[in-house]
Amino acid sequence: MAQIVSLAAAIGAAIHDGDTVAMEGFTHLIPHAAGREVIRQRRRDLILVRMTPDIIYDQMIGAGCARKLVFSWGGNPGVGSLHRFRDAYENGWPGPLEIEEHSHAGMANRYVAGASGLPFAVLRGYRGTGLETLAPNVTSITCPFTGEELTAVAALRPDVTVIHAQRADRAGNVQLWGITGVQKEAVLAARRSVVTVEEIVDQLDPRPGAVVLPAWTVTYVAWAPGGAHPSYALDYSVRDNDFYVAWDAISRDREAFTRWLDTEIRGEVPAR
Amino acid sequence: MSDCAARDDTAGEYTADEMMTITAARTLAAGMTCFVGIGLPSAAANLARVTHAPDLVLIYESGTIGAKPGALPLSIGDGILAQTADAVVSVPEIFNYWIQPGRIDLGFLGAAQIDKFGNINTTVIGDYAKPKVRLPGAGGAPEIAASCREVTVVLRQNLRAFVERVDFITSVGFGDGPGARQRLGLTGAGPQRIITDLGVLEPDPATCVFVLTGVYPGVSVADVKSKTGWNLEVSARLAEIPAPGPGELSALRALVAAEPATEGASP
Repeated sequence: MAQIVSLAAAIGAAIHDGDTVAMEGFTHLIPHAAGREVIRQRRRDLILVRMTPDIIYDQMIGAGCARKLVFSWGGNPGVGSLHRFRDAYENGWPGPLEIEEHSHAGMANRYVAGASGLPFAVLRGYRGTGLETLAPNVTSITCPFTGEELTAVAALRPDVTVIHAQRADRAGNVQLWGITGVQKEAVLAARRSVVTVEEIVDQLDPRPGAVVLPAWTVTYVAWAPGGAHPSYALDYSVRDNDFYVAWDAISRDREAFTRWLDTEIRGEVPAR
Repeated sequence: MSDCAARDDTAGEYTADEMMTITAARTLAAGMTCFVGIGLPSAAANLARVTHAPDLVLIYESGTIGAKPGALPLSIGDGILAQTADAVVSVPEIFNYWIQPGRIDLGFLGAAQIDKFGNINTTVIGDYAKPKVRLPGAGGAPEIAASCREVTVVLRQNLRAFVERVDFITSVGFGDGPGARQRLGLTGAGPQRIITDLGVLEPDPATCVFVLTGVYPGVSVADVKSKTGWNLEVSARLAEIPAPGPGELSALRALVAAEPATEGASP
């Protein structure tokens, strides 16, 4: 049953050094406040899993939280490179970073397998690409009915999944809508989960097209209004496209990044 | 882009990038379903939608089907895409139910590197283990390239991008030549055109090697050859592609100038 706690308490209890952590949200509802809290609590040696590492993992990698990244598209959307990711991978700063890369379809199906309690998922994908031979969690499989050669991808079972949602009620039932990406699968695939929300309400009004995660599928709920910024929460905030553009200059340079870390993260008032 | 700027009696000055985007938009027919990557493909697809193909169905990998943004989105998940879509589905669903069975007519992709067989690299320049440049990676492209009924690639033409053999195959075009897609079990027809800032390349049906089939006004075949890393053959039916019309150019500029989508919050 979900416990409603502070963000600091949720991250402190759910994420430990060395854990495999998935923080999902496909452009929309990226759990940035939680990412900043992980940095503030100085977690180390995490295996970070995310389809699009995006700015959230660029920050965590630059802050030295990660030893490995599992991903499918590692850019700053519409802007360019993730410089902290590249500096870690190419130059080992602030520490070495191992990578495992997939396609989006592969990652999505790996979460589906995890959520389904299956060891792997089947898809038509990877065949003929360099990814097929690289990734340890990809292999071919023969369909037992038709004989067709297909691709099998191993299930993802994160220790912890973290997502951001629009609302929860006081019992900890969670509701999210708009572009909901792979968040339901990522939460159901994980051993523990943290959901940060814009708002905690007495009652969740039904919303067409919304994903509902019942309280008994969630470990911790934390109130973090604006917690997706610079990503957004549909009907609560807008995507701060200017920040995505500005991040290019902040992240390009180690000193500018370190300054940002000191002033914006480590100097930030701790979350409730 | 001034090196390729040209003059047209009706539309006036335009850049090579504008010509490329307009040419790409012209290949999209009304009623098509089109899977769109961000950047040049998104600009071209939205231009087609606001000009000659209003019922073009734009699908973004964030799960937005039938998106109708009034301005070009910065990312594939901008709020405006969800708010204007016919349907918003999950990411597993967009890949498993929509792309994989071959429901989408056209996949529209960009590339960092492309080779003579239309194989695409968006992963690394140089050796994988010790890359000269680490690129973003695959995203949705491998399965778009595999399973959309056909693929159009849009990218600027130069010797770094147009290579004999890509450093890494992120998304398969025609693999190592004729028969490769069938052997790999790829269900779509593969890349049918590469649209660049100089002209258009299409695959030779016998060899699967891309040949030059169209050039823009003011571009010579020698220009294109000098920016291609394989021995580029010229089609017997080489055409000069018409310059942008005034309607096309003004529509494209209006799209680009429109305030980037700030939607996402309720009115």
